[in-house]
Amino acid sequence: MSGIAGHGAAVHIENCGKTFPDGTQALAPASLDIVSGETLVLLGPSGCGKTTMLRIIAGLETPDAGGRVLFDKTDMTAVPIEQRHVGMVFQSYALFPNMTVAENIGYGLKIRGVDKAARAARVAEMVALTNIGGLENRRIDQLSGGQRQRVALARAVAVRPRVLLLDEPLTALDASLRDRLRSELNSLLRSLGITAIYVTHDQAEAMELGDRIVVMRKGAIAQIGTPREIYFAPQNRFVAEFVGAANIVEGPVASGRLTLPGGWLALNDAADNAAAVAMIRPETIGIVAEADAFLRGTVESVAFIGDRQRLVVTGAANKPLTVDAPNTINVRAGERVGLSVTPQAVRVLPKED
Amino acid sequence: MRDRLIFAGQLGFTLLVAAFLVVPVVLSISAGVTVNYFRGIQSGVTLQWVVQVWNLYAGEIGLSFLIAFATLAVTLVVGVPAAYGLHVKGGRLSRVIEEIITLPLAIPGLAIALALLLTYGGFGGFRQSWLFILTGHVIFTMPFMVRSVMAVFASVDIKTLDEGAASLGASPWTRFCNVIVPNAMPGILAGSLMVVTLSLGEFNLTWMLHTPLTKTLPVGLADSYASMRLEVASAYTLIFFIMIVPLLVAMQMVAEKGEKK
Repeated sequence: MSGIAGHGAAVHIENCGKTFPDGTQALAPASLDIVSGETLVLLGPSGCGKTTMLRIIAGLETPDAGGRVLFDKTDMTAVPIEQRHVGMVFQSYALFPNMTVAENIGYGLKIRGVDKAARAARVAEMVALTNIGGLENRRIDQLSGGQRQRVALARAVAVRPRVLLLDEPLTALDASLRDRLRSELNSLLRSLGITAIYVTHDQAEAMELGDRIVVMRKGAIAQIGTPREIYFAPQNRFVAEFVGAANIVEGPVASGRLTLPGGWLALNDAADNAAAVAMIRPETIGIVAEADAFLRGTVESVAFIGDRQRLVVTGAANKPLTVDAPNTINVRAGERVGLSVTPQAVRVLPKED
Repeated sequence: MRDRLIFAGQLGFTLLVAAFLVVPVVLSISAGVTVNYFRGIQSGVTLQWVVQVWNLYAGEIGLSFLIAFATLAVTLVVGVPAAYGLHVKGGRLSRVIEEIITLPLAIPGLAIALALLLTYGGFGGFRQSWLFILTGHVIFTMPFMVRSVMAVFASVDIKTLDEGAASLGASPWTRFCNVIVPNAMPGILAGSLMVVTLSLGEFNLTWMLHTPLTKTLPVGLADSYASMRLEVASAYTLIFFIMIVPLLVAMQMVAEKGEKK
């Protein structure tokens, strides 16, 4: 299938920062390597610098002095976007209202001087790939949000870009459509084998689509890792709390035990620490009989969600703990319970100021 | 019953206001085709005044259209890229420039004309040619073109469209032709409509800038009011109407068609 996508470039970003003329630093100098064919997700809340990073890679922003962008070891820093041979999907899609769907998809090919027959064939190929058959002659304002998204993707991929850049492409859609398009997009990116850089603030999108995720915060990279690494081994409190639900507990660590108000938890090789901070994911906490556990608490509330039930347990840690329990167990608010957590599930986080 | 009374009252008032505005126009036009206005319409209907005006002022009429379309050409060639530049660049400097372009709306035409005369009055060739009036008209109409094009740019997010085209490999000039101009068309048409109409009807500035050999329609009109019989001046008004109304209607239709797209 790589024939459809063309060649995916390896992208190297070196010390790229961005300070705007008014003095605000949108991005602290950062370096990144994106392997050929990889999908890298830039994840973070709004204002974290993820879009600025994407725009620097695209060539829509120039990095501060000292920053460099390389595609396959060629320095592209001074090359304008129109010569970088990228494909870009914008949050607002940026489809041309003065052209039909087919003309939009074929625009990049027309600019490159591809002759009419070859262009038509490529457009047909893209239309089939993105499931928008029958819409070729529609105007853009006659399309639904989901259809526009597909056209934008088809237009960006049609030119066989070296790097595909996606700036929150699903954000403008409603929730159910977003889920469906997310998995379609995932299989499309996999089958194309294209180098893709994907910006989002939605951690579920990041998890599903990313080979690796770059979590960003306040213009700096907070952590780079695979979705599993980011989820199970966050390097700091921000990542732990931003990605998935997390219980952050505080207490002293001594001889491999974290002591909490309701008992203690065993840890895997943790250094002694008078005031440690640790993260426990809600689904890793098991509900057991009070007598069988070293950590105990009182169920404050039970919310039945369907596939699971979400309990809030007080008295165990310094803050109420959220526990995702199977939907089959029978617990009531006010009940005393024991909590079992494996040592692997407790992640001690570095101290932050 | 009460509703009908209110309706009748409103209709009467509307007709009265309309009549207040329309009657002078009708009187003026009818005067232009009357043999002797002081004796009234019973003196007979004639086209002699119209023919006389045409013979006397055909040059002015031609020059007016020449200036109007030259003004349109200049405001298009300069104004549309300027609007694009100002919109894409943004920031404080752009706003200052926009304000400066808009200033001629607030400054009396006489003052602009005076400034032009003070500055360029010494350049005899320029001063005596129709290009001098063209300069005044361009200054006066430019804000209408720039503003109406910028309004469209703001509503269609032209910056992202431009970036989209750039990401697909289009050079700045190609983007301007393929994406910017077609999507700014409603604003360009509305701006053109205003520029041509304003230029054809402009009097203040033109009156100060004209020479005996460079007179436009409105200046000629003032001239005929001042120096000829009322019937001739009225015939002039009639010709002015015949010239400008179809043009206005045509451009309005084009603008509406552009908006529907």
